[in-house]
Amino acid sequence: MAVANNELEKVIIQSIMEELAKKGLLSQKGKDHVMAAAIMDTPIVPDTHSEDMVTFPALDEMQISNPFNADAVRAMKKLTPARIGIGRAGTRPKTISWLRFLADHAVAQDAVFLDVSEEFLQRMNLMSVQSAASSKDEFLQRPDLGRRLSPEAVKTISEKCEKNVQVQILIVDGLSSTAIEANIPDLLPALMQGLKSSGINVGAPFFVKNGRVWVQDHVASLVNSEVIISLIGERPGLGTAESLSAYMIYRPDETTVEADRTVISNIHKGGIPPAEAGAHLTDVIKEILAAKASGVKLNQQK
Amino acid sequence: MILKAKVYNKLFGFESLKEVMAKANEEKSGDELVGIAAKSASERVAAKLVLSNLTLEDIYNNPIIPYEEDEVTRAIYDGLNLRIYREIKGWTVGYLREYILDHKTTGEDLAHISRGLTSEMIAAVAKLMSTMDLVFGSKKMRIQSHCNTTLGVPGTLAFRCQPNHPTDNIEGMMASLKEGLSYGSGDAVIGINPVEDNVETVTRLLDTVKNFMVKWEIPTQNCVLAHVTTQMKAIEKGAPVDLVFQSIAGTQKANDAFGVSAAILDEAFALAQRQGTATGPNLMYFETGQGSEVSLDAHLGVDMMTLEARTYGYARGYRPFMTNNVSGFIGPETIYSGREVIRADLEDLFMGKLHGLPMGIAPCYTNHMKADQNDQEMGTLLCAMAGSNFFMGVPGGDDVMLSYQDTSYHDDASTREILGLRPLPEFEQWLEKMGILENGKLTERAGDPSIFDK
Repeated sequence: MAVANNELEKVIIQSIMEELAKKGLLSQKGKDHVMAAAIMDTPIVPDTHSEDMVTFPALDEMQISNPFNADAVRAMKKLTPARIGIGRAGTRPKTISWLRFLADHAVAQDAVFLDVSEEFLQRMNLMSVQSAASSKDEFLQRPDLGRRLSPEAVKTISEKCEKNVQVQILIVDGLSSTAIEANIPDLLPALMQGLKSSGINVGAPFFVKNGRVWVQDHVASLVNSEVIISLIGERPGLGTAESLSAYMIYRPDETTVEADRTVISNIHKGGIPPAEAGAHLTDVIKEILAAKASGVKLNQQK
Repeated sequence: MILKAKVYNKLFGFESLKEVMAKANEEKSGDELVGIAAKSASERVAAKLVLSNLTLEDIYNNPIIPYEEDEVTRAIYDGLNLRIYREIKGWTVGYLREYILDHKTTGEDLAHISRGLTSEMIAAVAKLMSTMDLVFGSKKMRIQSHCNTTLGVPGTLAFRCQPNHPTDNIEGMMASLKEGLSYGSGDAVIGINPVEDNVETVTRLLDTVKNFMVKWEIPTQNCVLAHVTTQMKAIEKGAPVDLVFQSIAGTQKANDAFGVSAAILDEAFALAQRQGTATGPNLMYFETGQGSEVSLDAHLGVDMMTLEARTYGYARGYRPFMTNNVSGFIGPETIYSGREVIRADLEDLFMGKLHGLPMGIAPCYTNHMKADQNDQEMGTLLCAMAGSNFFMGVPGGDDVMLSYQDTSYHDDASTREILGLRPLPEFEQWLEKMGILENGKLTERAGDPSIFDK
């Protein structure tokens, strides 16, 4: 790749030099000098063997030059996740604070705009279908499309999924593909094992791309499960892009409202750890099955 | 009313003023989502052409949402000065644009005609304006208000210090407040969004900030942005409220969803006058944003920009101390990109000012929008040049409670220094006394929250 680029660069430089020479803007000597410099091969080989790398300092490191009371600033930083005690260059942020902000926003944007990888879906043995939103742009601008399945998805689910199971599990990318890849490897086996060991009949989990919470209602209408649970990526903050929510509902239909869903959010390694969440969700699903109700209706029965 | 226009060899016809208003808008995802946006660039221009030729009387006679059906429409029409309206009702929208931009037209002139303009007329003219038109028009208008201090003084730029904390932790909130003050942010108001919307939390936050303001003699306003009814209960129990906050929108249906009505706002304003801690006369703080009606499914087929103007028409009767616009907060289904949010911010600043409101802007963004910090900083500088009265101030630009990005304490200080603007006069004196500011510039001591920890 580096060599190919270098070849291309030479061709470009040469043609520019010739144009300039034609217009009398470059002497032959100047041309030779530039070409000689361009021809010198300087391939870029990443140094992957070295241990040296550039990283961010610890989050709690105090960045203020000459603080009035350094201990007080350090104590304050422990009281809030807000970006305080970060110092300044003139009125602007210090370089490292600015780059950390960029990194946090980049991680959040990648979680929203990148897809869950095919390799991950294969490794987790998850069948994949898509909502009616055909791209991320469309998904973000048209919430209605993310709430229903594409015609191909309807066909695939109708043909391949087991019907009339007690529980159907959906993995939905939602607003964070990162949350899926970070939590599902621990969460899904824990949940499957929990449900199966309780003697609950579970359909094979599958993945919905570009999906929103309500897409579970469309899936439920096809597989006719008692309970349907979506494990869906939450909108990332700058603090974490890995947070996942679980939305559960008992037999949704046209009359379903938001309050009919039971929600457990903040599933990630800094919140409810994924393996622990698997056990907790098993208990909640057992309650829903026993009560034949979810959401506010479930709470009213308690 | 002529609703047809020819753009070169193509003829476009429209059914109603409502359709013309929607199709004359610059592109925004919320209008697309509702299915009312122009279908082509040519149709957009045709709608602008039709609009430019309509008179203010045409707009007056064709309410976008019927008077009988909507409280916001009633507030707009009932609050109009009919004498001034009659003087200008024959103007076309195209002429109104030129009148606003004319060198002979002053801010005073605009304040005068403002009383004879409905919100829909104001939205209409803004739809004919480019970015620089909006900045030029906005800059002429300076709207001052007074609570404990005066906002909007020429040559000044103020900030709300927004020291939110994800669990309402008092000490954590105080740490962010001290950091903000040490950058000169907080002269507009110290305003906290609570996580828990209850009287106890609201009172605790208000008491803490008020005590700090008294101890350090900080000349500013105190506010906790809970639901208006929670703040009213807190006031009745003696909590020190300077400003009463509420989010409002441009249809009665959307305001119902927010749990507010004219009756509740009247009562809140009256209560702030009788039992609030501030001098006044301006005691209300409103927040608005294009797209709120879409996200609440309460848009009634009206475009986001017109609904935002209607929101200002609803607000102006309460003579607020500050109106803050947060169009970038709602999400990609209403405003998708940095370009869309910058446009919305400038429209809102202009429309709010032409309503006579003391406007501030939060050129903010969420992580699921196609916008980034560069977009936000461009929006901030443009709005500051256009004479926004204030912006927000958030530690490092990252609100850890509301999970979005807004202007940082650093941006606050930078914007003032870039444009040669000063804090509000009383607050500037306080900053100098504290050794934070000198000749309008941050000192060596600034940017350090521990200066409050002796």
